[in-house]
Amino acid sequence: MSGIIKYFADILHGLKTLWAGMRITGKYFVSPGEIVTEQYPEIRHKKQIVSDRFKGEVIMPHDENNQHNCTGCGVCELNCPNGSIEIITKRIPDENGKMVRVIDKHIYHLSMCTFCGLCIKVCPTQALAWGQEFEHAVYDRTKLTKVLNKPGSSYKGLSSKKKEAKS
Amino acid sequence: MNDHIYDFSQLTRHIDESLRAAMSPTWAVVVELVIIGLVFLTFYALLGLFLVYAERKVCALMQNRIGPNRVGKWGLLQTIADLLKLLTKELVYIERADKFLFNLAPFIVIIASFMAIAAIPFAKGLQAIDLNIGIFYIIAVTSVGVIGILIGGWASNSKYSLIGAMRSGAQVISYELSVGLSLLSVVIFSGSMQLSEIIRSQADGWWIFKGHIPAFIAFLIYLVAATAEINRGPFDLAEAESELTAGFHTEYSGIKFAFFFLAEYINMFIVASIATTMFLGGWLPLHIDHWAAFNRVMDYIPSIVWFFAKTFFIIYVIMWFKWTFPRLRIDQLLTLEWKYLLPLNLINTIVIAFIVMMGWHF
Repeated sequence: MSGIIKYFADILHGLKTLWAGMRITGKYFVSPGEIVTEQYPEIRHKKQIVSDRFKGEVIMPHDENNQHNCTGCGVCELNCPNGSIEIITKRIPDENGKMVRVIDKHIYHLSMCTFCGLCIKVCPTQALAWGQEFEHAVYDRTKLTKVLNKPGSSYKGLSSKKKEAKS
Repeated sequence: MNDHIYDFSQLTRHIDESLRAAMSPTWAVVVELVIIGLVFLTFYALLGLFLVYAERKVCALMQNRIGPNRVGKWGLLQTIADLLKLLTKELVYIERADKFLFNLAPFIVIIASFMAIAAIPFAKGLQAIDLNIGIFYIIAVTSVGVIGILIGGWASNSKYSLIGAMRSGAQVISYELSVGLSLLSVVIFSGSMQLSEIIRSQADGWWIFKGHIPAFIAFLIYLVAATAEINRGPFDLAEAESELTAGFHTEYSGIKFAFFFLAEYINMFIVASIATTMFLGGWLPLHIDHWAAFNRVMDYIPSIVWFFAKTFFIIYVIMWFKWTFPRLRIDQLLTLEWKYLLPLNLINTIVIAFIVMMGWHF
């Protein structure tokens, strides 16, 4: 007998819980809450679409004097698991006429990058960072190979050394 | 009672007479068949497009999204764009598939739903064929669809398709019992299997109101079992996107996939229209006893509007099920049918027979 009571109690309980769920979705149907859909091309003017921690691409921040933190040590190239980074260095004379090695081209293949972030983690001078750019679609694959240090830029530490030398 | 409701048989009789005046009776029949076929094909295509759009919008609203909103006003042309894409897609030929059965399966599925739609009364006098065993005929032909699913799954020569098809077979054949028994309760009430007769028996009140609680239980069981029979969520084990890729139509592409897809939505319309006809009075307007003025106003709404309003309400409820409930496992699905729905349904049918015997219903 108790089995039969339990059987019907189960059915009633089931119906009750199903109705509880349907009430929630039904409520949303007649009065939707905050719409979560981001209408993409329209929201491009918004300053920040993605979060600060979004891994869009690897960038090299430059300051207002067009200077960066990269020493050209090549640790990022060594740590990159699939060879997306190539470092080309050159030797130039510093203030005292001594030849020093500086970065010539920091080449970054966006098409090969897995966005693991190892290069940014291992950089001893915090020269690399994540950029929030995400519209990477291009018609030509070669456009995905980028030079991260801007033309004419120099190493921040070198000029500070210069200043030290001057003073 | 409903004499002032427009009878569509006046229109059809007029067309029939003018055709017979213009040509020999044989040709008149042929032309009539062609007209009916074209009307149904157009209706079928428009309905499929609309239901897919409606499903996406309902789902989006329930999940706090916007849904299709880019192609046309409010995204109304989205499904037409999807259809054009499907039509122009390549039909992938599966190596080592049983080619004949593989190509046959979508047609069996779509023909089954076509045959069912022929017997549905859309409005007063608007019914392609009024069989005296109407509801039995509909139950019979809708069951043919599962053969198409089984053939498609078998002929694809793919494990996903085969598992999906076998699940679908187990599911549809089980739930057929509940669908049949719950419809049988209305047949007991009205004493007829002819759909026009069943609607006429509801002129003084729909069966869901007249039949006390047992009719309501039968209606609930019908809704659950019908949702399962058309392989829709939460009973979408035949498709099972999470574990079987796409179930029985994994290997189908282009227009053949579209046939399965379309048939699924038309089947949803068919089960909703059967629920309307059997439980909610078909095309009859809502009447409340002794409210003569109210009943009069309700009669001015055309019968075809009543039919589609009720049907789309049932379709909305079925969509509501899909976007609310979590999916079932195959054993839970069969437990629900064999341990809960079927025994309840059998008891319910006996109770209804007793009520009818004692004349307790209104």
